[in-house]
Amino acid sequence: MTKVNITLNGQAVQVESGKTVLEAAQAVGIDIPTFCHDPELSKAGACRMCVVEVAGARNLPASCTTPVTEGMVIETESDRVINARKSILKLTWAGHPQDCLTCEKTGSCKLQDYSYRYDVDGSPYKGEVKEIPLDDTNPFFFRDLNKCILCGKCVRKCHEVNGAGAIDFMYRGFGTKVTTAFDDAIEESSCVFCGMCVDICPVGALTPKQGLNQGRAWEADKVLTTCPYCGSGCTFYLHVRDDKIVGVTPNFEGPMDGHLCVKGRFGWDFVDSPDRLKTPLIKKDGEFVEATWEEAMDLIASKFEGVRAQFGADAIAGLSSARTTNEENYLFQKLLRSMGTNNVDHCARL
Amino acid sequence: MSVCRNLDKLARTVIELAIKLHFIIWKRRLDTLKEVLKCYDEDPFDYGPADEILVKYQGQKGTMIPILQGIQEAYGYLPRQALEHTAKQLKVPFSRIFGVATFYAQFHLTPRGKNIIRVCQGTACHVRGAAKILAAMKEQLNLEVGGTSEDMKFTLESVACIGACGLAPVMMINNDTFGRLTPDKLADILKEF
Amino acid sequence: MEQRRILLCAGTGCISSGALKARDALLDELNKRGIADQFEIVSSGCHGFCEQGPLFVIHPEDIFYCRVQAEDIPELVEEYLINGRVVDRLLYMDPITNEHIKNHMEIGFYAKQNRRVLHNCGVIDPENIDEYLGSEGYVGLKNALHMEQVAIIDEMKKSGLRGRGGAGFPTGMKWDFTYKAKGKKKYIVCNADEGDPGAFMDRSVLEGDPHAVIEGMAIAAYAIGADEGYVYVRAEYPLAIKRLRLAITAANERGFLGNNILGTTFNFNLKIKEGAGAFVCGEETALLASIEGERGMPRPRPPFPANSGLWGKPTCLNNVETFANVPLIYRIGAEEYGKVGTERSKGTKVFALTGKINNTGLAEVPMGIPMREIIFDIGGGVQHGKKFKAVQIGGPSGGCLPEEQLDLPVDYDSLTAAGAMMGSGGLVVMDEDTCMVDLARYFLTFTQSESCGKCTPCREGTKRMLEILERITQGQGEPADIDALEELAESIKDSSLCGLGQTAPNPVLSTLRYFRHEYEEHIVEGKCRAGACSNLVTYHIDSENCIGCTVCAKNCPVNAITGERKQPHEIDQAACIKCGVCFEKCKFDAVKLK
Repeated sequence: MTKVNITLNGQAVQVESGKTVLEAAQAVGIDIPTFCHDPELSKAGACRMCVVEVAGARNLPASCTTPVTEGMVIETESDRVINARKSILKLTWAGHPQDCLTCEKTGSCKLQDYSYRYDVDGSPYKGEVKEIPLDDTNPFFFRDLNKCILCGKCVRKCHEVNGAGAIDFMYRGFGTKVTTAFDDAIEESSCVFCGMCVDICPVGALTPKQGLNQGRAWEADKVLTTCPYCGSGCTFYLHVRDDKIVGVTPNFEGPMDGHLCVKGRFGWDFVDSPDRLKTPLIKKDGEFVEATWEEAMDLIASKFEGVRAQFGADAIAGLSSARTTNEENYLFQKLLRSMGTNNVDHCARL
Repeated sequence: MSVCRNLDKLARTVIELAIKLHFIIWKRRLDTLKEVLKCYDEDPFDYGPADEILVKYQGQKGTMIPILQGIQEAYGYLPRQALEHTAKQLKVPFSRIFGVATFYAQFHLTPRGKNIIRVCQGTACHVRGAAKILAAMKEQLNLEVGGTSEDMKFTLESVACIGACGLAPVMMINNDTFGRLTPDKLADILKEF
Repeated sequence: MEQRRILLCAGTGCISSGALKARDALLDELNKRGIADQFEIVSSGCHGFCEQGPLFVIHPEDIFYCRVQAEDIPELVEEYLINGRVVDRLLYMDPITNEHIKNHMEIGFYAKQNRRVLHNCGVIDPENIDEYLGSEGYVGLKNALHMEQVAIIDEMKKSGLRGRGGAGFPTGMKWDFTYKAKGKKKYIVCNADEGDPGAFMDRSVLEGDPHAVIEGMAIAAYAIGADEGYVYVRAEYPLAIKRLRLAITAANERGFLGNNILGTTFNFNLKIKEGAGAFVCGEETALLASIEGERGMPRPRPPFPANSGLWGKPTCLNNVETFANVPLIYRIGAEEYGKVGTERSKGTKVFALTGKINNTGLAEVPMGIPMREIIFDIGGGVQHGKKFKAVQIGGPSGGCLPEEQLDLPVDYDSLTAAGAMMGSGGLVVMDEDTCMVDLARYFLTFTQSESCGKCTPCREGTKRMLEILERITQGQGEPADIDALEELAESIKDSSLCGLGQTAPNPVLSTLRYFRHEYEEHIVEGKCRAGACSNLVTYHIDSENCIGCTVCAKNCPVNAITGERKQPHEIDQAACIKCGVCFEKCKFDAVKLK
């Protein structure tokens, strides 16, 4: 890989050619703000938050789409750059509800963070404000399009990563909005509720319903765990507050790059369900009674032995589960075969 | 795809025939058949023109816009059923087609009037008083830009330059151009339609 | 006896003025008199002088009749074609000297032009390839096919041709980049999405000389190694599309397009893509997205289309007028071509003259001539003897030039330095009745409604700028508004994604530069000196002057004027839509503007 020499904020840096200015800056610890950039998605260059000043360029190019070239001299926080970013923030606020006090996104909102960083306290521009009704028609998340800043990450995630293609940009200009065809309810679209759009939304336009009003982002402990729903091994962070799960965020560094499905993303309310079994139950005199694992295992072993003695090993069959890992499934067939039967099957065959 | 549709037509004919010959069928079966027939009646949309256009562009690249233009020409607007059908046939997300259809000014999602009035708002027309022409036209028709009269007779639109700058201010009604307009001329012109 | 040739303009402008009806009347009349065989009637492309349409030019004597309607035909045939007596009333009348002018090259509008790109427009039948061939058509292509690809590109660089679509990028460099780009499959694309309101030169070239564009594209394709091309035309130009389609078919039949062109191994297939109504598709990356069937939203550059364009393949995009210049360069050579124009802006440029000007139409002039000559010598000055105020050049992306800038040479660099830009070459002339704040508002309305909505500064910024301008023109402006406009304008220019956004604030910045006092008058005094901002003016009837003739009341489109016959009339201010008809119709100076 050839290297190019650039100057970033006065610092001489060597970067692999083909990298963008944003990547080069990130590599040396310079933070450039972005709304629409996501390393996994195609480059949009739409929000213009990441503009930088490049010596000799007429305009301020977006660092997320501009490749480094030999001898490039870049300023990431010059007055001109800061003015442009402030202007973008002010323009964004001109149409954005100012309800941070009650917004679920407070504390993990990029608009809020950057406004703090660049000392922007709202918008001096008065004029038309969007008034799109809040959409709470699906069971998993709210859509508040008045808060949407049209960065388009959800659209690209939906088309490029998930493939469901449920949403896209509609109309144009100031009237642009991200929604389904004919503005149908999300449930009637091709959405599979993977929730990836919710996870990458930089503002409060898409927020999960679960965990609502149960604490700010900074109040929860984040516990890295592996999803128990299937053998794929997706990892994510459970947000835990007072021993209760109040949220889920994907682990973008994990083996699945932070991709989740509807079950892993939204289906964790069973954890604290009062109906959840916490010990084995054994039926005694027609009633289920709590038992220890030793008791349960002994009972199962004795029943298997009884069946095998009376009817032979082929009277036993084992059905494994898709919620277990490959290794567990392997051990499961070992177990069955050690019992003398080859009757082993698995529910996931589609 | 047209084969499928022909089969559908055939199936429908068979069911209709069966109902006519109901004396040889059980009463319960007859009701079921009537239910099935209702499904056909609920979607009386004529997919024929859309299919013809889709066949014409089969296997070519970058055909979305010509297909939408063809559909609009055939139906007068872009009916939802035709768009859904196109999405399925092209294996493109429905959302993407809708996104394209709402991006371009040429496409319309609702039926339009019999006569399309397009008042030019190009620069040359603007400096020669196009805004006054448009205001007077709105008043005359009691319509906003983009609106269609209740009797479906007129749709009022504005257009950014039709290139007849020498005749500014101008408007087009269907394919006829009317130039050197003044607000007082409009009523007489509209009478012709 | 040799046939006499009657050229009638069948461009969109003249057709709108009734050219086809006049043509049919002429055919009828000639048939009726049994003399049809003495005349060859040619429907040509645009002659450029749209103001005076429909136009008839009769050869060999080159007599020029204008505003010929169907009802004038019997007289024209009887008097002139048969008896040889010139019909004075159908001749062009000079607006200043009031003299009738017979020959078309004596008319000021044509005399000062140098028609190179337009040399076939209005002269040949664009639907007949033989007429193009008779006018040295496809000679440039034949010459180019005998040259090495690199030599063709070098010749283009030497010619100094710069893109005629707006930015003025050197064409030779663009070809070179695409030629050098890696990849076997390459495309040539012609940008015929002429969206600037007030510009119609590309339409006229396509309507009047489509083969010139095809030939230019074929030469470019051969030079860069492309075998497929697209012409992206606005759907609003049905006649241009029709003529181009006919021309492509004819060129395919004669071997100027298709496989093994002129017996060589060079293949080039050309297709038409119709636009669907989006100004932003004039931006090259948005245009490519549109051809691919996507929303016409610009894509970030780099990668530039020369490296990764249509379907990710190297693509060379030029506009119609640029391609129409190409055949000439390979016919007469780059050196000869470069003798016209200035050092850094070579050749000619076609301008569309519109607005409050006497001679609306298309004028092709050498680069570098002063703006004053275009407006006053070719354009015949301002209509109705009013005072010139400014000229808007470059459409919604450009800026305006006031009286004191009129001696500026018209070339890419001088215009940019003066805060305007060449753009596609639309010139809109404004007089004292045009309000410059309203003009800025008009352009922002346009760019706002044509913004694709992708990037924040353009989508949100033009909206807020427009809202401020609307407030000012409605008399609700505040002193801080001018600063806010300037601040927004700078950041939109600086940080927008594509050319549309980067240039959208130009009309505001240039009107602020030259006409700041008009903004201040609106804000501070609540006054619109041009009387164009309807919220700042009201119409009243002066009872002293009004004789009760009822003309105003009869003509009022909303019946806002009442009054007895022979009694002073009154205007109901609530019903009045301020269209100004009463003001124009009153012969007694009784309607007053306040």
